Formats: sequence, C-alpha cells, structure tokens
Amino acid sequence: MIKTIGSLCLFAIVLISLNSCRTNDAVDHPGVAAALTPEFGDTFIEASIGDASTLLPVLASDSASSSINGLIYNGLIRYDKDLQIEGDLAESWEVSEDNLTITFHLRKGVTWHDGAPFTAADVKFNYELYVDPKTPTAYAESFKQVSGVETPDPYTFVAHYDKPYAPALMSWAMSIHPRHLLEGKDITKSPLARNPVGTGPYRFSEWVGGEKIVLESNPDYFEGQPYLKRVVYRIIPDTSTQFLELQTGSLDFMGLSPLQYDRQTDTPAFRRLYNKYRYLNFGYSYLGYNLRRPIFQDKRVRQALSYAINKQELIDGVLLGYGAIATGPYKPDTWVYNPKVHKYPYDPVKARELLAEAGWKDSDGNGILDKDGKEFSFTIVTNQGNDLRSKTGEIIQQRFKEIGVDVKLRIIEWATFLKEFINPNNFDATILGWTGGPEPDQYNLWHSSRAVPGGLNFVGFKNAEVDRLLEEGRRVFDLHQRKVYYDRFQEILAEEQPYTFLYVGEALPAVSKRFRGVEPAPAGIRYNFNQWFVPKPEQKYSR
Amino acid sequence: MLSYIFKRLLLLVPLLLGITLISFVVIHLAPGEPTDMQTQLNPQVSSELQQRLRTQYGLDQPLYVQYWQWLSRLVQLDFGESFASDRRPVLDKVLERLPVTILLNLLSIVLILAVSIPLGILSAIRRNSGFDRITTILVFTGFAMPSFWLALLLMDWFGVRFGWLPVSGLKSLGYEYLSWGEQLVDRINHLILPVFISAIGGLAGFSRYMRSNMLEVVRQDYILTARAKGLSERTVIYKHALRNALLPVITILGLSVPGLIGGSVIFETIFAIPGMGKLFYDGVMMRDYPLIMGILVMGAVLTLLGNLLADISYALADPRIRHGQQSDN
Repeated sequence: MIKTIGSLCLFAIVLISLNSCRTNDAVDHPGVAAALTPEFGDTFIEASIGDASTLLPVLASDSASSSINGLIYNGLIRYDKDLQIEGDLAESWEVSEDNLTITFHLRKGVTWHDGAPFTAADVKFNYELYVDPKTPTAYAESFKQVSGVETPDPYTFVAHYDKPYAPALMSWAMSIHPRHLLEGKDITKSPLARNPVGTGPYRFSEWVGGEKIVLESNPDYFEGQPYLKRVVYRIIPDTSTQFLELQTGSLDFMGLSPLQYDRQTDTPAFRRLYNKYRYLNFGYSYLGYNLRRPIFQDKRVRQALSYAINKQELIDGVLLGYGAIATGPYKPDTWVYNPKVHKYPYDPVKARELLAEAGWKDSDGNGILDKDGKEFSFTIVTNQGNDLRSKTGEIIQQRFKEIGVDVKLRIIEWATFLKEFINPNNFDATILGWTGGPEPDQYNLWHSSRAVPGGLNFVGFKNAEVDRLLEEGRRVFDLHQRKVYYDRFQEILAEEQPYTFLYVGEALPAVSKRFRGVEPAPAGIRYNFNQWFVPKPEQKYSR
Repeated sequence: MLSYIFKRLLLLVPLLLGITLISFVVIHLAPGEPTDMQTQLNPQVSSELQQRLRTQYGLDQPLYVQYWQWLSRLVQLDFGESFASDRRPVLDKVLERLPVTILLNLLSIVLILAVSIPLGILSAIRRNSGFDRITTILVFTGFAMPSFWLALLLMDWFGVRFGWLPVSGLKSLGYEYLSWGEQLVDRINHLILPVFISAIGGLAGFSRYMRSNMLEVVRQDYILTARAKGLSERTVIYKHALRNALLPVITILGLSVPGLIGGSVIFETIFAIPGMGKLFYDGVMMRDYPLIMGILVMGAVLTLLGNLLADISYALADPRIRHGQQSDN
C-alpha cells in the first residue's frame, strides 16, 4: 500500500525511479564484465505490491503507476547518474539573465509510440493540461507559476515566469503526454489511461488488472532501443510472497527489507542467482514536536530530547544497521547537505542538564520530571502499518523514560491519523518520514505561511530568518548561491530542533545476476536501466 | 407458491434500500476522504486544489444529496465511476475480478462438499471410532490453523524447496505460448494451493454438520422401519438416511451464494490473486465510496436472493415443508 511506504509520496514522478544516492559499494561484486558486448533480448520481471492506477502520469499519484510511467514517458529534462540535471526530450536549455525565462531546445526526430512526431506543440499542450482546472492532478502547483508559454518554432519551447522560481526547472521533468491523442478530450475518460502512448524506451503491451503489466522495448527510441526486450510488472501484494518468488527465480528484481537482506539471503543458492546492492534512500524519519504545546516551546527542551535519543541504536535496532544518522532534511551525500551543523550525539547527562536549565526537575521523586506542579508527559502518535515507526517509538519511549520524561505511544490508522491528529495540529509529537528528491526547496514544509491547519508545517515552526532563506532559495538558479541559503537554513534547524532528525534508510535491492551493466551511482542503480543486458547464452526468456 | 415468491421479492426492495442507506452512512463516518490519498502530506498540493478535487468528486455536497445522486444512478443499474485515479466504472472493475473469484470459490465449495460429505457420513456411522476421532482432530486443526501461515509454509515447501508448484499468481509467464493442454495443466497447478487453502477452513464446519445431521436422521422412526423391513444396512444408510441428511445442504448452498463473489483479502494477497476481497479492501483503504457501495449492493442482493432461493428449493425438495405451507395458505 502507498501509505505503508508512508509519509508523503512524490515530489515529482520521475524522482521515484531515480530515488537514492551514495552507493555504499555493493557488498557483492556487481558482476560487470567489461569485455561483454551488450546483446538484445530477454525479459526483466519485477514485482509491485499494488496495481497501477492509471498510466496517464498527470493523474497518477501512486508509486506503482509512477515507476511504469517512467519507462513509457519522458520529460524535457531528467537527473543523470550523479543527480545533475541533463536533457531528456530537450537537447539543451537556457535560463535568461533575469531568471524569468527558460528556453528549451527540443530533440528533433522524436516520435510517439504511434509514429506521430513529437514537437513543441506537445509541450505547450502539457502545460495547459497540468494547469487546466478540469484536470484532477496533484502536480499543477509548479506550473501555475508560469506566466506564459511560447513555441516560436516546432523545436523550441519557452516558458516565462513573473518571479524567478528555481524549482520550476525540475517541474519540466514531468512526463509529456501526446497532444494529438488527448487534445480537446476529457482527460479523466481517456482510454490512454489503460493503453498509454509515450515517447519512452518502452511501449505499452498488456495490462491484466491486478495481475501484471507488460511493456515491450521501443525500437525507435531516440537514444536507441533498450537491450532488454520486455519488462513485466507482476502485482504481488504480499512481500513474503514476493520473497518466495524471488527465491524460485521467478523475479529478477526486488527491494529487500533489512531483515531479508541481512539474514535470509545469505545462502549459497541466493548468492548464485542474485547480486545485492545498498545505497541511501532519499527520505528520512523524524520525531516532530508540536511547537504550539507549552512543553515544547523552550528550545532547550527540544535539544535535550534530541540528546536523549540514541540514533545509532535506532538504526541498529530498527534497520539492522542499514541506514545513516540524519542531521537535517537533506541526504548526507548531496550537494546541498551541510556537514557542519550542530549534531546531537547520545548524551543523557547533557539532556538532563538542559532540562534542568529549562526548569524541569524531579521534585517529588517519582522518576518523572516536573515543573510548576506539572509532569513532563506527552504522547507520540504515528501511523499504523509502518513497523519501523512503531519500533522507533518504543525505543525512544524507553530512552525518554531514562531521563525522566514520560511518553505514551499511540498508533493510529492512516486516514484517521491525518484527519484527527496531523491536519488539525492536534498532537504532542509524531514520528513520520519525508521522501524528497534532489531539489532542495523546503518552502512547503518549513515556511511560517504553511503552519496552518492542513498545512505541511504541522509542527508550527515559525522563524523569520528561515522564511527569508526559503524565499530567497527558490528565487536563484545558481547552485553555489542556493547552497549559501540552504546551509544557513540547516544550521537554524539544527539549533532549533523542531524535529529530532532520526535516520535515513537504505535501499536494498537484489538483481538477478544474469543482468549486466548494473552500475551503482549516486542516483541508485535504475538510472541506466536501458543499458542493462543479458548475454545471449544466459538469456532465460526467448520470447 | 408463485404469489409467495412475488411477496418475498417485493419485500426485498425496502430491505435493500435500508441496507444501502445504512452502508452509505457508515462508510462516510470513517474519517478521511478519497481525495486524501492524492493530496495529503504532499508538498505539491495547495488547499485550493484540494477543494477543486472535492468538487469534482461531488464530495462538497451534503451527504443526503450524495446519497440521492448515487441512488438515482443505481436504479438505472449504473454503479458510477470509481474514485480511484483511474475513474473507471465500478462495474468494469468488479467484472474484471469476478470470474477468478467465482472460479476459486466454486472449486473450493466443490472440494469442501466432496471431502466433508463422505467424511461426515463415515464419522457418523462409525461414531466414536478411531476414524471418527482422528478426522475430528484433523478437521479442527485445519480450522484453527491460521490460513496465511499455512499458505506461506506450503508455498515454501512446494514452491521453493521442491519446486513442484508455482508460488503465486494464476498463470505462468509465457502462458499464451503454451499449447491447449499445457495451458490447462498450468492453470490447475496454479489453483491447487489456493483452492486447498481456501477449502481447509470450511472442511471442519461442514463435515461436523454432516455428521450430526446423519446421527440425527438415523435415530428417526422411518430408519427403524427400513431396518425392520429387512433392508441391507447399505440401502438404509445411502438411500434412506443420506437423502434426508443432505437436505440442510441446500440451505448452506443458498447461503454461500453471496460468498461466491466475496473473497478473502489475506488469502488473495498472499497468493497474488486479483479477486474481489482485495478489490474491496483497497477500496475501503482509499475511501473509494462508489466502489465500496457497488460491492456492498451486489453482496446484499445476492445474500437476499440466496436466502430466497434456499427457501424455495427447500420447499421443492422436502415435501414436509411444501405441504405444511399449502395448509397454511
């Protein structure tokens, strides 16, 4: 289910498949034989826990649809293996001096899967599609910043903005839909939702509801036909079943759990069939404090709580060691990450000192701190269905008890959790996670204007300097300039501790050994999927 | 008889209306809305967009208006479109899942009947024998065993270790390239574990039921008469006793009519079978109101019709009931 993956889903569709980063050198050797020349053929089978909902990316908001759409469609730009922006359907682009105009120069000779040519008119149509009030899409926001578009010739597309808006560039990584099949039609009733036509490396072949989705390689793909002839997504809702299927060799790819990675795949049979990889995910878990609650208003209290949590213990206990300590909202190995922020190593003595400074003392000797006759007691809420979060909560509960803080843990069904606790800001503290991407803009999570009921700044963080930094940060395109703003932003977050940042988990994929060309990079392993191949003698599926 | 059926059918209408009303209210009582999945905790979504989506789904209308709109479409047999982002008609979604669900449930019922009827009869004839005790223990163990656990265990044994059967799914990859005979074998192989697992829980109840029916029937006077006539024990049991002991099976079959389109989430999830149980469960989790209501209505109609059918066929099969009714009228 989407919600077990939790927290928030997508910043942009494309990011999902590119998810990841530091490649903690694969434990097993990837088995890339440089001497082999790529050969065409074979089928790649992977499992998805849910069926896709729609293969029109503009309407899709689930990860199953997104990963399939990622193979069928292209955006104008994309992230490369080092998470740098590179051209996709656009050959090149330039941003004007005043940062108000982006001009894309499109590739020539690109065709849709039905043979129709791809032109700037398609891009213009997509802009109109995303901002059309009749389109029920979750991705309209960044396109609404556009003040006007132009198509001076069939291979040039120009977008104008009233105000400079840095995240705008990456919004053009969103999938481009075919104008000639969708224009003037009701997008919600389009047959393309179940029979898509894109420009991507794979063409849609078959969809058996709840069972499988099959894609075939596109011989006319503008970067050349992918080597793997067919991609099959099998819908297997249960991860134990997926794992059994993996062991029989019926699956070629699976994201393993730490337990499976660590304890259940260390057999000779498994090693003979699969390579395992590990790298950090985009996304982190945190303990967020509701800053409207009087007990959390003193920053010394929040700092003390951060000192009282042993983050390495959480990683070892909950993730079996497959993770890294989070110190802020960015992944430790990205350009925007600031390694110099204040950190909070496990230090219960310091935690007690800070709490004492803030006036919390155990005056009645019952083991729980109190101040003005009130005990330091609060409730952590988190959502049901995420085992990692409930375990994290239990460990934190224990650690807080040791410094004299009484914590109750409540685990609540997702929809109820949002409706009754998070959206009305009716909670003390919560364990949740955010999944992000390479784009550093955090305006929606931390700007004071978002600290409203239903807003994502549900902890109620308000800091004038952070507001200004976030506003500036999204107005400039230059990375060095942006880094100055976001470095300071991270310092303030580290000082204020509105969240205790807990950990960043790792992606732990297993890939069948017959696939060659898998090269871990900051972007993970799937970024060069089109270059993966199977040597002829090892090909398993001839048709 | 005909007027009786007609009366019963007429009574179904208000009953069904009541069921839909209560269901509609209850599912709207659950916190959260279908648009939440798309919009909640998503930094890309503004509150204005959230409102727009609610309007598009008609969620901004008062509940009674929503119910009325839904009901007026239903009477034209239009179940509406799903609130999931594919916006497909509910009927399409259900029809896509129906064949495999019905197939599995039918096979499972057949298996249950084929095993538990003989088992029940034998246990009754040899009451308190070693056979009776062992089958009792076995069927209750099967009943008590968590089916998901047993399923995983069998998948591990037969699928992974021995490699005799496929682990999950309904067809192998490349099914379309197989010959007619191979296709049949492939389908059967995929069905063995799921049918076995879904039947095992039902065996206990049904075989015990059969056993006690049989025990009751053999105590009747007409069995004594048959024996006194000097009929062989075989004829007494299989001709006179069995027929009467089988009568309640009609009721059970009638009651299992709605069960034909219902599925089990756990078992479908584990075997990766796209059935009704999973469809309904996902619908509930996403608060897909039209889909939930559609499935509930179909289930309710089948339950009511199943009951009616059981009553009617009971009357047809059992002269005692038929004649009793006529004297009432």
